[in-house]
Amino acid sequence: MKFGVIVFPGSNCDHDCYHIAKHVMGHDTSYVWHKDASDLSGYDCIIVPGGFSYGDYLRPGAIAKYSPITEEIKKYANGGGLVIGICNGFQILIEAGLLPGVLMRNRSLKFICQDVYLKMENTDTPFSSEYSAGQVVKVPIAHHDGNYFADDATLKDLEANNQVVFRYATVKGETSDEANPNGSVSNIAGICNKNRNVLGMMPHPERCAEKVLGNKDGLGIFRSIVKHLTQS
Amino acid sequence: MKAKVYVTLKSGILDPQGKAVQHSLETIGYNAAMDVRQGKLFEVTLADGLSLDEAKKQVTEMAEKLLANPVMENFTVEVE
Amino acid sequence: MAEKIEITDEVIASHGLSKEEYENVLNILGRKPNMLELGIFSVMWSEHCSYKSSRAHLKGFPTEGPQVIQGPGENAGVVDIGDGLAVAFKMESHNHPSFIEPYQGAATGVGGIMRDVFTMGARPVANMNSLRLGNLDLPKHKYLLKGVVAGIAGYGNCMGVPTVGGEIYFDDCYNGNILVNAFTLGLVKSDKIFLGYASGIGNPVIYVGSKTGRDGIHGATMASEEFDEGSEEKRPTVQVGDPFTEKLLLEACLELMKTDYIVGIQDMGAAGLTSSSFEMASRAGTGIEMNLDNIPRREVGMTPYEIMLSESQERMLMVVRQGCEDKVKAIFDKWDLDCAVVGRVTDDGIMRLMEKGVAVAELPIEPLAEGAPVYHRPMERPAYLDEVNCLDISTLSLPDDMNAVLLDLLDSPNIGSRQWIYNQYDHMVRTDTVTLPGSDAAVIRIKGISKGIAMTVNCNSRYCYLDPYKGSQIAIAENARNLVCSGAKPLAVTDCLNFGNPEKPEIMWQFAEAVKGLSDACISFETPVVSGNVSLYNETKGEAIYPTPGVAMVGLIDDVERHCTQYFKSAGDQIVVLGKNLEDLGGSEYLKIEHGLVEGPPPALDLELEKAVQESCLEAIRAGIVKSAHDCAEGGLAVALAECCISGENMMGASIELDSSGIRRDALLFGESQSRIILTLEKEHIDKLEEIASEKGAPLEVIGEVGGEHLLIDDSISLDIKEIHSAWQSAIDQRIA
Repeated sequence: MKFGVIVFPGSNCDHDCYHIAKHVMGHDTSYVWHKDASDLSGYDCIIVPGGFSYGDYLRPGAIAKYSPITEEIKKYANGGGLVIGICNGFQILIEAGLLPGVLMRNRSLKFICQDVYLKMENTDTPFSSEYSAGQVVKVPIAHHDGNYFADDATLKDLEANNQVVFRYATVKGETSDEANPNGSVSNIAGICNKNRNVLGMMPHPERCAEKVLGNKDGLGIFRSIVKHLTQS
Repeated sequence: MKAKVYVTLKSGILDPQGKAVQHSLETIGYNAAMDVRQGKLFEVTLADGLSLDEAKKQVTEMAEKLLANPVMENFTVEVE
Repeated sequence: MAEKIEITDEVIASHGLSKEEYENVLNILGRKPNMLELGIFSVMWSEHCSYKSSRAHLKGFPTEGPQVIQGPGENAGVVDIGDGLAVAFKMESHNHPSFIEPYQGAATGVGGIMRDVFTMGARPVANMNSLRLGNLDLPKHKYLLKGVVAGIAGYGNCMGVPTVGGEIYFDDCYNGNILVNAFTLGLVKSDKIFLGYASGIGNPVIYVGSKTGRDGIHGATMASEEFDEGSEEKRPTVQVGDPFTEKLLLEACLELMKTDYIVGIQDMGAAGLTSSSFEMASRAGTGIEMNLDNIPRREVGMTPYEIMLSESQERMLMVVRQGCEDKVKAIFDKWDLDCAVVGRVTDDGIMRLMEKGVAVAELPIEPLAEGAPVYHRPMERPAYLDEVNCLDISTLSLPDDMNAVLLDLLDSPNIGSRQWIYNQYDHMVRTDTVTLPGSDAAVIRIKGISKGIAMTVNCNSRYCYLDPYKGSQIAIAENARNLVCSGAKPLAVTDCLNFGNPEKPEIMWQFAEAVKGLSDACISFETPVVSGNVSLYNETKGEAIYPTPGVAMVGLIDDVERHCTQYFKSAGDQIVVLGKNLEDLGGSEYLKIEHGLVEGPPPALDLELEKAVQESCLEAIRAGIVKSAHDCAEGGLAVALAECCISGENMMGASIELDSSGIRRDALLFGESQSRIILTLEKEHIDKLEEIASEKGAPLEVIGEVGGEHLLIDDSISLDIKEIHSAWQSAIDQRIA
């Protein structure tokens, strides 16, 4: 099993994602430099990590979209390969057209780093099968532009196809406005594509997957991926 | 009446965003883009009954006090 | 051309050089300097770069110890942590620029300190900051706070370095001069540390990073002048930070440092190309010939004067082995960064600056860099000290409602929750943050080994105002206490000494006393000072800030799984105070808020008692019997207990009975006696703790038990913890809305 962690200029959760895949999960993992635009088919899963690709200048993900590796990620995803984009990775996948909608500035207009609670909306994906439906988990967010928005038609589509994987919720699982940290429409925290092989999420599961950090709620994401790859 | 306020960085002030955008334009083939500087455009809708002079004066004050950061930015005002 | 301007008395004065200093310039050169040379002297001999007023005093700092790999004088201090690893750290001020343009000032301060650390070969893994603002009721200071916090966040978050801790105080004395001190800690292999030496005759001098623009020309001189009414007009010199470029520079430098191409490397900080080139050559005893035509430039028509004095950010100067130029360039090309050979190391001890084949400056390096003036400025004990150290507590009325006092204190922006601030900082990136902001000390793990690093930054400047010597000792003691509460053994110190105008004998006296206090306490705790920074002239219209010797301390946890946090863990746990409650009200937040007084003396500090308390706490944590440990600081015992109740994820009440032993109620609850730690542990472990404490000579008192939904202290305090939490939680938020 081989993981690839994409490194854009300005990616800064690349080491964290590498650490999880390589040392916590124990799988072969490599960095993929954005200029080395070669075929990704040798990988079983591609992680597009968080950070500030191109400094988030212009708008997050807008410049990374034109980076040579992005075409390869698209090819890989369209061929059915597993791609997970976390935080800035989610923003890039949206800009690249692999996921619908847009991530706008948080409604507080401030960067927010804190733990939030997520309710599992769809556990029938390669990224979430280790959780139970409706389960509430604690995962941190750290972003300035995580306010998910999509037009009504797109939202309808997302809901109809069960593409909403996580929503921001209270600790009791209520998806209320009070539990919404950034203004995302319908409290959306993470979505997948129709084929279920591409996931984008604003929260950082790699930051809560080890006992020493006091929270292992995020580990299920990586376990789900490994389980899926082992079974397929 | 509407006013437009263009806010631009003073010359000589570094524009990291403009620099990154220019570099990206270059990598996707637009070699003619020699330099990019980013600014802001504000469209202000004004109350009826203001004279043109009064409108200009007020919008200029708005720009000085709030819309532009005089430490780093210049601005121009258009009223029509 | 600036170079053609005649050097008149006005030109000399506008460069901040005194008549005597200019005489010295003439002596060193044996001729008149040209404008470029004068500019170079001016920045090199500015207070900011030369430490001319402070250097004589700083010599008193303890700087050595078995753990010290690199003491002061380099880009950052380096301390050994075993396992072949070391930590490099430093704290630095960016006060004046942050007052003028808070976002960019704070951002570039953070950028600068991170460069200082990765210049040493260390990857920055944690940031902290120490902030002082004026009265939050003033719109200007709401604006400054928002800007400073956003600037720190904007830079640190983009770099992917977590901001794990910090401190902030608000006081009227900072209304005209805010303080922004930034700290960075980096991790480095102890045999892969890089220093700033321009060694090896003939080796190329290479410039990397951003292009040079007309940013912040004379910033270093600005930082060494008092503010006056016109200062806000000095704005066009503002430097803009580009954290994206610095992130690339960081990765490129660390990639280059895996090779053996680098001979020496230095950040271009204050006074840019000038100080970096002079300092590198000076350390190595060499000279440099630099071709200014090769300096990457952002703007056309820049003069040598502007190039040498520019403070454009995100630049480094390095000396590499001859023949490696192309390999170095390939690495920087990969990261899309400018990289240019701009000169050679020479053997003549001269800085020779060439433009179009002509030498535009020729300056002897040694006399200029090391021969900077050193002043033994006159000192005099300030008269105000007698006026303010006169507290007679018998004249203070005892409040009727202690509940109301406790809520008032928790609502003080100096005590209340800092969440509004730290939620804007990414404090988790790198996935090493074991203790998040909001406990006594931040703790990070080190991947691959069992150790952890704890760090904290602290200074109560009100104490320092009342008694600079004792206040400074307390700053060190409290830092060490905070580290110990996390389970760490204190290792070493970096400081940022913020004071007023050193030309005033009273300020110089404060400075000297503070340095003495820090030194004596550092010797006692065996925590040498390994790096630091001095910021003087923090005055506006003749009004100086409180003396503010900011101190950050770093400690080592042998087994990071055994770290400790401040909040209560489980109902039924016993609550113990290690240390002694005294009748100390001087300098307290209670005295300020409830009685409107800033009077001393500040709390007593007995270093022997302090050490006994700290050693007991550390040993108990290491023995695995401690569930929580919290330092007693501003607001005293009652506030510390309240914080233990509400700062964890699960809030918990407590029932407390104090042995009042004749101490006034308000002093017992809110007095800020030093050397006290609140511990919780299971009942069965009390005996063990008593054994440890008695062996070390630390007094202790079991004062109560964790549990319930209220904080109950004798018959004085009875509050629902939700009410406590809500007062504490909104202390900053509601004041800046």
